[in-house]
Amino acid sequence: MSNNDFIEFFDGGKEPTLDSLGGKGASLVTMTAAGMPVPPGFVVNTAAFRAFMGTGLEDSINTQLDGLDPEDIAAVDAASAAIRELITSRPVPADLREVTRAAYDALQARFDSEAPLAVRSSATAEDLPDASFAGQQDTYLWLTGFDSVGEHIRACWASLYTSRAILYRLKNNIPDDGLCMAVVVQKMVNAKTAGVAMTLDPTNGDRSKITVDASWGVGEMVVSGTVTPDNIQLDKVTLAVITEHIGDKHAEMIPDPATNTLVERDVPEERRTVRCLSNDELSAVAQLAKRAEKHYKSPQDIEWAIDADLPDGENLLLLQARPETVHSSKPVAPKASAGGYASSLGFGGVSSITASLSKIVS
Amino acid sequence: MTMKSFPKPSDLPVPAGAEGWEEIYPYYLVFQDALKEQEDAKFWFCDSQHWPTVFKPFETIGGEFAVKCLGQYNARHLMIPNANGIDFRIHLGYLYMSPIPVPEEQIAARVPDFEARIGHYFANWESKLANWHVKVKGTIADMEALSFAPLPEKVPFEDIENGVGKDGSEVLLENYDRLIQLAYQNWQYHFEFLNLGYIAYLDFFNFCKEVFPNIPDQSIATMVQGVDMELFRPDDELKALALLAIELDLDEHFANTDDPAATLASIAAAAGGERWMAQWEQAQDPWFNFTIGNGFYAHDKYWNVHQEIPLGFIADYIRRARGGAQILRPTQKLIAEKERIVEEYRELLDPEVAAVFDAKRTLAATAYPYVENHNFYIEHWTMGVFWRKVRELGRMLSDAGLFTEAEDMLYLSRNEVRDVLFDLVTSCGVGSGAPIGAVVLPEKIAHRKGIVDALQTARPAPALNTPPQSITEPFTRMLWGITTEQVQQWLGADETQDGSTLKGMAASPGQVEGPARVIMHADELTQVQPGEILVAPVTAPSWGPIFGKIKATVTDIGGMMSHAAIVCREYDLPAVTGTGSASTTIKTGDLLRVDGTKGTVEILGTQPALTGPGAHSHSHA
Repeated sequence: MSNNDFIEFFDGGKEPTLDSLGGKGASLVTMTAAGMPVPPGFVVNTAAFRAFMGTGLEDSINTQLDGLDPEDIAAVDAASAAIRELITSRPVPADLREVTRAAYDALQARFDSEAPLAVRSSATAEDLPDASFAGQQDTYLWLTGFDSVGEHIRACWASLYTSRAILYRLKNNIPDDGLCMAVVVQKMVNAKTAGVAMTLDPTNGDRSKITVDASWGVGEMVVSGTVTPDNIQLDKVTLAVITEHIGDKHAEMIPDPATNTLVERDVPEERRTVRCLSNDELSAVAQLAKRAEKHYKSPQDIEWAIDADLPDGENLLLLQARPETVHSSKPVAPKASAGGYASSLGFGGVSSITASLSKIVS
Repeated sequence: MTMKSFPKPSDLPVPAGAEGWEEIYPYYLVFQDALKEQEDAKFWFCDSQHWPTVFKPFETIGGEFAVKCLGQYNARHLMIPNANGIDFRIHLGYLYMSPIPVPEEQIAARVPDFEARIGHYFANWESKLANWHVKVKGTIADMEALSFAPLPEKVPFEDIENGVGKDGSEVLLENYDRLIQLAYQNWQYHFEFLNLGYIAYLDFFNFCKEVFPNIPDQSIATMVQGVDMELFRPDDELKALALLAIELDLDEHFANTDDPAATLASIAAAAGGERWMAQWEQAQDPWFNFTIGNGFYAHDKYWNVHQEIPLGFIADYIRRARGGAQILRPTQKLIAEKERIVEEYRELLDPEVAAVFDAKRTLAATAYPYVENHNFYIEHWTMGVFWRKVRELGRMLSDAGLFTEAEDMLYLSRNEVRDVLFDLVTSCGVGSGAPIGAVVLPEKIAHRKGIVDALQTARPAPALNTPPQSITEPFTRMLWGITTEQVQQWLGADETQDGSTLKGMAASPGQVEGPARVIMHADELTQVQPGEILVAPVTAPSWGPIFGKIKATVTDIGGMMSHAAIVCREYDLPAVTGTGSASTTIKTGDLLRVDGTKGTVEILGTQPALTGPGAHSHSHA
């Protein structure tokens, strides 16, 4: 189980670069290196993507894209479908297939039995504070067996050529030349509860708060907004709960042992309206978010999950951390006046007493 | 919208046997028919935090001096722009308060005076506080020097020789006046720094609420609170004595601490006992001028008088330390946690805002410890000496035939006692042989005892009349925890039929479950068992040793800065304060879940009523 030209394990010890691993992949490697509880996995890097595309695909793709009119949606859709068919039907070069297989086996060797995996695209321009187009690439959950994983790696590569992605590049004049995609292959968490956490209050940018959204099952339903999660705000310093809104968590995505896939099912009434995190779990999620923020030195938006199979205390896992992009460029807090005691007792006097006192008491 | 209201004073029923209760208190302390309209228009809340039990007539002195002096520092010394003092009345034996706002149009005019005055204090904090200690200790020393000896049979020949020309009765009269005046003096000093401590705290508090919206009050308190405080020193002395007893292997001598004389004699006679006794003696002055009450009642027991109390606490500490418990407060941990909290909040701010944060926090942290420490000097030390002198006078008057027992004096107001003294010196002076009071007072006092006992059968109303739309007066909110939400909760309490969850202030964080122990009076404290949750109308920090045993505290009244809140944060215990009715809703033995982070108390299971010790008792000394 070691890195090679095409594969980088999260814990492979190599300095991650955005160019090679994409945003998500690089982040998983740095979080693992920082000792955060990231489910194990590896990244199929951008060199692998280029090796694949170098098998003659680029020319065929360029032919499809040549002269495409961004206003002609039907034409864009047709080109997109054709390109994705080209990518997903093209055999992977033997050497690349071999190292991917070896990485897959090495990852599975860490578990008692063959574990289901998640495959996610990791674009080199995704998730950056000033170029946020997250969600334009793909995530495939609960994959079992190498063939399925291999197939979905190609599907991730192909997701660079969805109609939306093609249109986005055409309209923003982003050339296809440097287009790259890494793919993350990671152990799937058997999430009993999952969600997101932000290291600020998204309603006003107050950085002394941590905001947690949580729901039952795999976190995809929270991220996609298909359930109303529990929404809890904590004080970042003391982790005291400040506000708590229990959402009506009507559905959850959980693995179905019969079909070995994820299924969506209704949450029984008695679990819908109770908070899906215990106090200890909530504190652990908040602490994890704080750690991520401290590590990256900027407000973070993390995805987390609590594994149903791991023991308490070791079952909280970090799936993703990215910079919070809405508020982190704004002032961290309103500028409080340095006004006098009169104003702080609730009446409108103004004075400079505090200023003159600061030197007295320091 | 019609506001819900609390009862008017005249709506409250007079307990059977308490008819005519107004006559036992001075006219200016009770609601007046002639002022009914004005008095009913005001909102009054009951301060059962400081005065949980009915005043005996002499005991109104603490309430009168304290609230009057609090007011003068707002209204006359510091010229607080938006707050005058707090008006107060006694109704059915309990103290009710009504803050007096400054009329809107006068607020601006007070600002320059206010800022000049507090600016002067804050700029000279250390030297002024040092001087405060000199003044306060001087008062205590003067009070300690007073004595109330019986008048001699005849004027000593020495006085004849020296041409004194007086019969000694003037000393008795002077000493009594002096005792009252010295108590008044230290109550004035009590508030000299207290209001300032609160102002500095509120300044930082409001700043924090602005830069960190919704920051928990607890966080702000933790950032300015002292860790090593004089208020905790008496308890720390007991812990040190317990550890020394273990070191010297003196455990066996603490078998019966209810007999302090025998206990101390047996320690003194033991090997190593001399060293322990030396430390015991040293700890007493001044740290045993400490009461398990709150200093406002004549029945408060002080450690230096009732040595079975500190000895019992020491015995308990010895047992716990032998059992492997850490009896010392986690001082290092508390300091480290406080520093972490300050630093983490600070890091969230831009540099220029962080500078303001530093200035305000430093000022609050400088001024705030007074808010805690003054309590030792006034409520404990001054009032300990005061009540000791009052008992000495009561005994002398009782011996002179005026009272059946020394405590009878408490059923007279302080000015009535002055009349009794003149009755006594007159009877000596004219040689009649017996003061008139000997035949008048026993009946009067028996009647008044009946009234006080009858008043004691009813709990006070939490408040009177119609509350204002919102309660903004900063001191009321902070000292008493009287907030708009609190008042609404009191008003809504009747509607909560199930009553299984109580809400109060999240005063000290953490969540625990355990059995309740309802304590209505300090004398019941010995009933508290390890692992119980203390439920009381109010607690005093001097219950210190109890806090090492219990899991959490729930009180009826008190804010973030109430004694229970401060001591629980100090002891790292969850606390919910200001629930309004915990001590009457919860029964000893009920299983509770206390969440001091959210401010809730759930009754998970109820016990059949207990009849033994610790049953819901209204006993009073």
